[in-house]
Amino acid sequence: MEPHDHIRMESITKIFGSLKANDNVNLTVKRGEVHAILGENGAGKSTLMNILSGIYSADSGTVMLNGERKSFKSPQDAIDAGVGMIYQHFKLVEAMTAWENICAGPTGSRILKPKALKKKITELSTSTGLFVDLDKKIRDMGVGEKQTVEILKVLYRGADILILDEPTTVLTPQETETLFSIIRGLKATGKTAIIITHKLYEVMAISDQVTILRKGRTVATVSTQEVTQKELAEMMVGKAMNMDFPSAEGSCAEDDSGPILEVKDLCIEDKECMRSLDKISFTLCGGEILGIAGVSGSGQKQLCQSLVGLQKIDKGEVIVKGENIAGHSAREIIAKGLIRLNFVPEDRLGMGLVGGMDLVDNIMLRDYRKNKGMLLDRKSGIRKTRKLVESLQIMHPGINRPISVLSGGNLQKVLLGREIVSDPEVLVTAYPVRGLDLGVTHKVISLLHEQKQKGVGVLLVAEDLDLLLAVCDRIMVLYCGRISGIVDTATTTKEELGMLMSSIDGECTDD
Amino acid sequence: MIRVSQLSTCSFRKKVLIRVSAIFFALFFSGILLALMGYNPFSVFGSMLDGGLGSGYRVKETLVRTIPLALTSLGIGLSFRMKFWNIGGEGQIMMGAFAATWVGLFFPEIPRPLLLLMMALAGIVGGGLWALIPALLKIRFRTNETILTLMLNYVALKWLTYLQYAAWRDEEAFGYPKIPNLVKNAKLPDIFGIHIGIILVPLMVAVIFLFIKYTKKGYEIRVIGESEQTAWYAGMNVSKIIISTLFVSGGICGLVGMIQVSGVNSTLSVDVSNGVGYTAIIIAWLAQLNAIAILLASFLFAVMVEGGSFIQTVYHIPQSAAALMQGLILFFVLGSEFFIRYKISFSGLRKIISEDHIGEGE
Repeated sequence: MEPHDHIRMESITKIFGSLKANDNVNLTVKRGEVHAILGENGAGKSTLMNILSGIYSADSGTVMLNGERKSFKSPQDAIDAGVGMIYQHFKLVEAMTAWENICAGPTGSRILKPKALKKKITELSTSTGLFVDLDKKIRDMGVGEKQTVEILKVLYRGADILILDEPTTVLTPQETETLFSIIRGLKATGKTAIIITHKLYEVMAISDQVTILRKGRTVATVSTQEVTQKELAEMMVGKAMNMDFPSAEGSCAEDDSGPILEVKDLCIEDKECMRSLDKISFTLCGGEILGIAGVSGSGQKQLCQSLVGLQKIDKGEVIVKGENIAGHSAREIIAKGLIRLNFVPEDRLGMGLVGGMDLVDNIMLRDYRKNKGMLLDRKSGIRKTRKLVESLQIMHPGINRPISVLSGGNLQKVLLGREIVSDPEVLVTAYPVRGLDLGVTHKVISLLHEQKQKGVGVLLVAEDLDLLLAVCDRIMVLYCGRISGIVDTATTTKEELGMLMSSIDGECTDD
Repeated sequence: MIRVSQLSTCSFRKKVLIRVSAIFFALFFSGILLALMGYNPFSVFGSMLDGGLGSGYRVKETLVRTIPLALTSLGIGLSFRMKFWNIGGEGQIMMGAFAATWVGLFFPEIPRPLLLLMMALAGIVGGGLWALIPALLKIRFRTNETILTLMLNYVALKWLTYLQYAAWRDEEAFGYPKIPNLVKNAKLPDIFGIHIGIILVPLMVAVIFLFIKYTKKGYEIRVIGESEQTAWYAGMNVSKIIISTLFVSGGICGLVGMIQVSGVNSTLSVDVSNGVGYTAIIIAWLAQLNAIAILLASFLFAVMVEGGSFIQTVYHIPQSAAALMQGLILFFVLGSEFFIRYKISFSGLRKIISEDHIGEGE
């Protein structure tokens, strides 16, 4: 045992029910190192870090900090020992100011002394180079600012180990670069950082060492300089895998009867700019995949919802196969069956699926109104379910069991499959591979390609630019509810997209 | 260290065991209580059963008590399915009773079948409209339905008080504050010595059971209860479904009011609901909204209430003691649900860390 290892976790095992989330995992991190933890979804990254930050206790194994054995009973114990975690979904009080959030917690005296506290934070800011407006309310902040507050909060509590859980998910490429320079700065002051990620280029860009986890086990710990992205990918997935996403030939058949979907001057008025759509016009052909990129909250959700009647359209037209469906209710649009929306929410179950109901009930959700009379036609629902389960290889414990027991990948197959099975002309799919590992991502993408080859117009909303570039024919970028550009995938670059995503000439006004 | 973890599944045998032991514990502690008061717990428990089921008459009395409990639980259970916490069964019963009594008092000359039908309809409309108030306010202004339904109970109670003591007060009752009795035409006929409402109970259980499971409307209610977002996303008109369901929910409670007035009390009084609206909440919860379980739970509660009042008279046990026993049973049975859903493990922390991966969290 070397006392100078900042963190040393040995043979950590954690079991949830029948799942071994961590199986004899080892992790060694030196002081002042940026260490990446790489693995697919469900590889056990978050479990391991939750053990380190005191949220879970390991079933077996030891945790040592600076050569001293620790057993955290609560997150507070871990904070006291200098371990701070920055979550993917920020844990901040929206209605409070930055400094209130930073100081919140059981430390310090009972009486708040704002001046003294703020002075302390300012000192911390100066020493680390992290600046935020301390009197600004969290709800008025952008994502990048919120993240800075989170980091300051953790540092304020005396952390010298920072764990960042997929910190770049919500950031633009530019913001990611800022974050990385913050991390480099912290490293220079002797802090240790651990970054949980499944993005290879991030590992290459920021880390010194990387530990790869697969299915709850440690695969290897290697020095970043000594590996290539391809090698990392192999270790992460377990077999040599094609880094490219499957692609399909064929594009817009323009000689046909024109576009399958045409959106003209679509406007949704709202007091807040961030929530509205401003003069959205575009066309989509049959057999084309049009990507929609943008920082989250740029109007993607509103666009998807307005296309299928879930949001009131103030102005403009949505023409599907020559028929204007703007102003029709969601129910009427579902009944027409021309256009279907598959929206995968962040928590998967929140919208679109009902966790407590079974597979059949969930698959019927779209079409239960179809048969006449008052009764529910479960029989055809069962038939449809069987068909879907077979064709999409959905793993399930039984079609009459609550759907909440299904894994994320299978839930997403259900969500997408349910829309595909009704043979729409236009398929709007938002975040269909959100949170999926490479294997399932490939399956989902090939499903979309199948639709494309059938002549369906596909609208694909996604966050991952690599995915969009690999899959789409064209990409439309949204910024603050406006189209900041529609580019051809063949000729564009990630940098160009990043620029389109983060700014156009005018500032986005919030009021 | 005590650790609480969620159980994904609980075997049927274990469920039964946990629930049975809950009742055992409840009886055990009530037994201690009774012993402290100087009674023989075993004979008191025996008499309780005797009082609830000991003779044909007592069984009938118990059944009469079961009717409002079961129907009200079924009614509010519909709103509970949508996670609309309608705890206003009490008020909806009272307003239903009020509307039915109005028909009964002021149109006594109408032929019996027609009059009873009109009273039933009036009861349904009265209770239904009363339940619509919190539903509309919730949809329009996002008000809290729990508070509103509860407060409306008091409004209904005060309205009945006004009727009983002033507006509808019987002039010929020698100063006694009561509303005149209903005429014979306005009273429910008997069947097997019990008023005809008894037939409605199994009928309603079946209807609600099938409705929830096999109809589109029932499906919509289930989806809304699990996830309003998903319902909206599937193109359901959530507000409309909430409103119509609440009308039915309150309507069933209102019908209970009509039955109590017309079949049991022969008149309207402030005691018409007698806490049924509140007990029904517990029953619906205990039965986990399953219609058939509601029937069973209502009968058990009726036995408990009847038995409770029987031991009061036989042993001169104060009423509060009998209520205490009921409270204990509720406490343990409801509390046992926790053990069905969660697993608690006791272990030293050191043991967890050092022990090799022997299943801690199963």
